[in-house]
Amino acid sequence: MAESRGATVEFRSVTKRYGDTIAVDRLSFTVPAGRICVLVGPSGCGKTTSLRMVNRLIEPTSGEILIDGQNVLAEDPTQLRRRIGYVIQQTGLFPHQTVADNIATVPRLLGWPKERIQLRVDELMKLIGLDPGRMRRRYPAQLSGGERQRVGVARAMAAEPPLMLMDEPFAAVDPIVRERLQNEFLRLQRAQGITVIFVTHDIDEAIKLGDRVAVMRLGHLVQYAPPGELLARPADDFVAKFVGSDRGLKRLSLLTVGGVELAPLDRAKLDGAPVLSPSMSLRDALAVMLSSEAQEATVMEGDRYLGALTLQQIGRMLRVDEPA
Amino acid sequence: MTPGEPLIRWDWIASHAGEISLRIGEHLELTVIAVVVGLVIAFGLAFVALRLPALSAPITGTAGILYTIPSLALFAFLVPHTGLSVLTAEIGLVSYTLLILIRNIISGIRGVPSDVRDAALGMGYTPQQILWRIELPLALAVIFAGIRVATITTIGLVTVTALIGQGGLGYFILLGIQLFFSTPLLVGALGSITFAVVADGALVLVQRALTPWTRLR
Ligand SMILES: Nc1ncnc2c1ncn2[C@@H]1O[C@H](COP(=O)(O)OP(=O)(O)OP(=O)(O)O)[C@@H](O)[C@H]1O
Ligand SMILES: [Mg+2]
Repeated sequence: MAESRGATVEFRSVTKRYGDTIAVDRLSFTVPAGRICVLVGPSGCGKTTSLRMVNRLIEPTSGEILIDGQNVLAEDPTQLRRRIGYVIQQTGLFPHQTVADNIATVPRLLGWPKERIQLRVDELMKLIGLDPGRMRRRYPAQLSGGERQRVGVARAMAAEPPLMLMDEPFAAVDPIVRERLQNEFLRLQRAQGITVIFVTHDIDEAIKLGDRVAVMRLGHLVQYAPPGELLARPADDFVAKFVGSDRGLKRLSLLTVGGVELAPLDRAKLDGAPVLSPSMSLRDALAVMLSSEAQEATVMEGDRYLGALTLQQIGRMLRVDEPA
Repeated sequence: MTPGEPLIRWDWIASHAGEISLRIGEHLELTVIAVVVGLVIAFGLAFVALRLPALSAPITGTAGILYTIPSLALFAFLVPHTGLSVLTAEIGLVSYTLLILIRNIISGIRGVPSDVRDAALGMGYTPQQILWRIELPLALAVIFAGIRVATITTIGLVTVTALIGQGGLGYFILLGIQLFFSTPLLVGALGSITFAVVADGALVLVQRALTPWTRLR
């Protein structure tokens, strides 16, 4: 991961009140540079409000937000926003501008030279899998929902911001497209080393994308942890319910076969046992073993035997309340 | 009309060609001035109404009252102050454009989707840039609908200003009534109808050229 580019973001006891409603209540957490922090929680828990206080679309009632140690309230909002990528669910693409013009928005505001803008637009269009030759001059109305979302992401990344804010960017597309967009986005984020604050109410999306997951409830931060830890040790009943009764299974998809201490190889039992690779997730391994009705599987890296994986071992990983 | 007289005497039209084109020019001038001045005033008032929503109702209300005053009554009221002049004609004509223009500018800009405005603000557009680069272009289709109605209304009303000595093609209508002579009457009436149709068509073409994104799918 290119650690250098991303910004560090710190919330310090940030509160937002609307009259008697407390939308966000003394929120404190730090997002390390180059990581994805996912804010997750039920509707109305304050995710969007928290996100929009970072680029000052909303002003906090009290507390402060620091980007690389700088208080955002000390900066000119317009200049601040041009340094932060912003993606929303409805995409907010400009209907009267072509795909290329939409992507070029912030570079234009920053006064980049024409040639540099055009190079950047073409580069981004290729990155998001849209053929510049064919798509550059299209208007948003001529794109599919998934293509629009991708243009929205490309537009937010155009001026190489160290920080991106994304508010349910993939919520409006069907599950298959969403999965593809998520994978593409992860690839881009890892390649560019951008810090991301990502809002969703989908816990599976949070677990898949987050380096850290912030679970919110009624304006409070309930738990802030890497996804594996969230699944293994939910802070309370609310989090446990929110991550789901299948959290053991969910955790299996975060763990790989290679990460388990394998049993020594028993050549007598090997015949007919399914073969797994160490990079496979435990969830996929379980599926393979169940479908071939095997108690045991052989783990091989290329031609090399690494050991055996048993159903009992996977079962132990499932009982996640005990430290793994 | 004398019996046996043809409905249109082409020889009259031929011998008055110069005057007809002069009156068409006059009609065009009165119309263009009215719509352009109306647009400038309407934009000013619409921006005020959008900035200060409290003033929105009084502004559209006043424009609405102006719109309901019968044109003859308005001219009769103005003549003692501004005489039988172009100014009198234009004050009347401009007043009638305001309601439709202000209303369409306001509703066009209010109709810009809030996610578009939100994204623009979030990416670092200033409020001024949002108005000029996002809201106005997106409101253009609705504003143009207003301009078309205002233009057609004005072309019709210009004929009435013949009564105060202006009037473009309305002059021929008046002449035809005074002389009891159908040819100038028809030249005036059909001329202004044709003018309205052509002007409307031209505005449609201009709007299409300015808003290519509205003709997709
Ligand atoms: N402008 C406002 N005025 C009053 N209350 C508001 C305003 N904006 C948000 N709220 C309230 O603040 C709380 C948090 O809203 P927020 O939009 O941050 O929720 P969210 O977590 O993003 O929800 P969702 O998942 O539905 O998008 C809600 O109770 C909401 O009603
Ligand atoms: Mg929200």
